[in-house]
Amino acid sequence: MIAADHPDRRSARLFVVEADGAMRDLPRVVLATLFDPGDLVVANDAATLPASLRGTHVPGDEAIEVRLAGWLSLPNPTRFVAIAFGAGDHRTRTEDRLPPPPLSPGDRLRLGSLEAVIERLLDHPRLLELGFTGNRAAVLAGLARHGRPIQYAHVPEPLALWDVWTKIAAAPVAFEAPSAGFALDWRTLQAWRRRGVGFATVTHAAGVSSTGDPALDLRLPFDEPYHIPERTAAQVARAKLRGGRIIAIGTSVVRALEAAANPGGNVRAENAIATGRIARGTRLHVVDAILTGVHQPGESHFELLRAFADDALLAKASAAFTTYRYRTHEFGDSMLLNR
Amino acid sequence: MQTNIDLQGLRVAVTGGTAGLGLALVRQLAEQGASVAFVARTTANVERIADETGAHGIVGDIGNKEDIYPIALQVTASLGGLDVLINNASSLGPVPLALLADTECEELEKALAVNLVGAFRLTKALFGALAASARGGRGALVINISSDAAVNAYPGWGAYGASKAALAHLTAIWDEEAKADGIRLLALDPGDMDTPLHALALPDADPATLKRPEVAAAEIIEKMLDALPVSTTILAGARG
Repeated sequence: MIAADHPDRRSARLFVVEADGAMRDLPRVVLATLFDPGDLVVANDAATLPASLRGTHVPGDEAIEVRLAGWLSLPNPTRFVAIAFGAGDHRTRTEDRLPPPPLSPGDRLRLGSLEAVIERLLDHPRLLELGFTGNRAAVLAGLARHGRPIQYAHVPEPLALWDVWTKIAAAPVAFEAPSAGFALDWRTLQAWRRRGVGFATVTHAAGVSSTGDPALDLRLPFDEPYHIPERTAAQVARAKLRGGRIIAIGTSVVRALEAAANPGGNVRAENAIATGRIARGTRLHVVDAILTGVHQPGESHFELLRAFADDALLAKASAAFTTYRYRTHEFGDSMLLNR
Repeated sequence: MQTNIDLQGLRVAVTGGTAGLGLALVRQLAEQGASVAFVARTTANVERIADETGAHGIVGDIGNKEDIYPIALQVTASLGGLDVLINNASSLGPVPLALLADTECEELEKALAVNLVGAFRLTKALFGALAASARGGRGALVINISSDAAVNAYPGWGAYGASKAALAHLTAIWDEEAKADGIRLLALDPGDMDTPLHALALPDADPATLKRPEVAAAEIIEKMLDALPVSTTILAGARG
């Protein structure tokens, strides 16, 4: 529980990196006045599932934690791709967590009031397909009651759902919070509307940002389903036509918009799956700027930033984060990176 | 009671959905084709009404902070979004009714926790889903069930009346604030009804003098349709 009395929120910082390399350290509240009439801000309105479930591997009577990490058939909440860990919890660094007990297809897991069966082992000892037994309503109730937000050792106090839902959170389809959206509030959205800055959303089922295993981490992000509404596609087209800039709130929005991009820079309204990685050398068709958390080299999110700016510029920004003591975790400060 | 309305496609959540007005709302909305999720505290009652109506039943206590986000999660996951939230669950305060000077502070707090803070919390947790519905052109509406006790100073109704008055004013302010986001908030007084809550308050009242909750529910559904954008009611097939 960190949101309710979170003094950091008001004093959050925003580091602005211009395409020409100019940099500014600003209070994040200036976000409300930063963009121009005709620009379009696009955010991810996915709410976050309580995707961490602890319980027992029934055959061996051993402790297990599963983290739901991918949909097998969105929006069916009874089947998922999941990552398994052994005993322990988020207070241990993910890379130091014990492996899960030996797992076999058909093994039963008891997770609070939920019961699940390992349907299939995937090509990594921690990676599996999981099916919950019971009807949809019972599974949703069990997840809601027993699940906890996925979290990492840098925030030791247990998180509640209200900590990981952004103010615009709508459909609960993300496995980790689309955390760049923590920078948004309704006051900022109203200020943009008054100034003629557009606002639109995509719904992108953001997956896990870290698995604790270097080989598995290299495969992040996993395939992620997204939805781009008709209205959002139309708003992108209108902004582009008028020469407005498209500002993505977070890496998940970049991934969805670029996956749905037509060569001309417009996007298709669609339900689809984002595959592949955006990284250095990826040509961006839609997004002109990204608002993101403060990411460091090596993180999966950092790789995506290399499509926006060259490594020398990102290195300069990283140095400035240290100088200005920017907070790097998902509840920390923000960077606006223009290209 | 209206029987010819088709609410196919409209996604509605009702709190306090297993008795009185809430139950009548769940039944009528489900009969008319809306996708309905409802909330109540008692598992057996939730299961019974879910079986009867086909609506999605959720067990939870609006007065309990820890229950709010789990409820919101189940509402949006089961309905695939939300167009209308009806905050109907209510706590009477002291039973039997008590003069304010005889009311325990905890009894007042309990009434506020459900009738005011609970409705606020759930609306806030579902605000993103309502805004998404509004952005999609479907409209978004919160109906907060109020009472004439919010306006008139009835002796004995202090805890309930004060909580409902606060809810009504919160509704009015929030409606002004959220209009531009396409979300409307309405406080509606259903009138004195023959419900378990009314029986708790006034056990000796003659049921024949009270409005049937089915009639009040139909009136509320009509006001709901009036408050939604025309496109939504056409989408829902509600207006020829």
